[in-house]
Amino acid sequence: MNIIISNASGEPIYLQIVTQLRSAILNGTLNPGQGLPSIRQLAKDLQISVITSKRAYEELEKEGLIDSVVGKGSFVSGASSAQIREQRMRLLEEKMREVVREAKGLNVGLEQMLNRFGQLYSDEGSE
Amino acid sequence: MNQDENVIELDGLSKSYSRFRLEPVTMSFKQGYITGLVGPNGAGKSTLIKLIMGMAVPSSGGVKIFGRRMPERELEIKERIGYVSDECHYYEHLSIGAMKNVLAPFYSRWDEKQYSQLLERFELHPKSKIRSLSKGMKMKLSLAFALSHHADLLIMDEPTAGLDPVFRRELLDMLADFIQDDTRTIIFSTHVTTDLDRIADYIAFMNKGSLVFCDSKEEIFERYALVKADNSLLDRDTRGALLGIRETSVGFEGLSADRKEAERLFGGFAHIETPTLEDIMFYTAKGRSGAHV
Repeated sequence: MNIIISNASGEPIYLQIVTQLRSAILNGTLNPGQGLPSIRQLAKDLQISVITSKRAYEELEKEGLIDSVVGKGSFVSGASSAQIREQRMRLLEEKMREVVREAKGLNVGLEQMLNRFGQLYSDEGSE
Repeated sequence: MNQDENVIELDGLSKSYSRFRLEPVTMSFKQGYITGLVGPNGAGKSTLIKLIMGMAVPSSGGVKIFGRRMPERELEIKERIGYVSDECHYYEHLSIGAMKNVLAPFYSRWDEKQYSQLLERFELHPKSKIRSLSKGMKMKLSLAFALSHHADLLIMDEPTAGLDPVFRRELLDMLADFIQDDTRTIIFSTHVTTDLDRIADYIAFMNKGSLVFCDSKEEIFERYALVKADNSLLDRDTRGALLGIRETSVGFEGLSADRKEAERLFGGFAHIETPTLEDIMFYTAKGRSGAHV
């Protein structure tokens, strides 16, 4: 698991952690049940305050992506595969929206896009 | 859990000297966290720490540490505190080893093994005379003593003074190690905002003998805003909304303690960003009247 904190970015540090852990969980880099560093260990590793790393974990708990067990630490949530799929679908939709905007900007019509999309889809092969 | 347990409670603590007065301070330091006491020179940081440590007698108010009153329970309290200061409070004519022999018996939990490891890590020799040590080495020695008796509370007065950036980073790691145990607490003071602020959970900001605020860093950065815009936006109302302003021929920069208010007032006409601690320190100390630069 990698987390990179940028000081130059205007984004609050806790949000940077949330974003990166969320996508690591959603894209399967982190598996359900996998343990995460403790709040204090994460703070040490990233050289940030305990409150900041705590806030990041609390945010991920609220989204149902991780579970924290007192005395045992935090784990990637296991029971919520349907929910994770839902989240991933939402992310996918966001990306699609982005593609649509880009296409509209370039004056690419719907038919042309669907054609090209079909081509790309089959190129990737069936999984 | 130690949530919201206070390690230190100050109740109207004040001190009057002939040329300086520390206004009554009422605040607490939370267990399990790092609190940075920041402010410009002469803000009263060291005075506050000396009062907490019982090294100065308060003019009014009281100090409670670990729920026990100072100075009545000073001995049992002090045993659990590691104190680090750039003012050398050791006997200069002694060697490091001899000084250790004076100090160690005061601590029932003195850890000789830990102490020798720290000396080695800090490249300090037991035979060196304390007088011969540089400022940075004295700071390291102070740190070695403070970390060798399993203290529950580390109080550091200007710990980065005299330390090079390489060791400062190492110090950051050592402090994070210390705080892995969530019953332990760290308090440090500094007049330069440094890498230490990065790991601080709470910031107590002092200016001209008064405590201005003590909040979590998260809250502070959400509350304050740095406004940058054209001078024409400055009128009596907008000036009043800023704690400190720096005006130049190419525009102004000002600090607001209410981000929402600043966004409402300056809206799309100004560039609004999150200030650094140094910005907050600078503009609070400088104030509204600030001279043109």
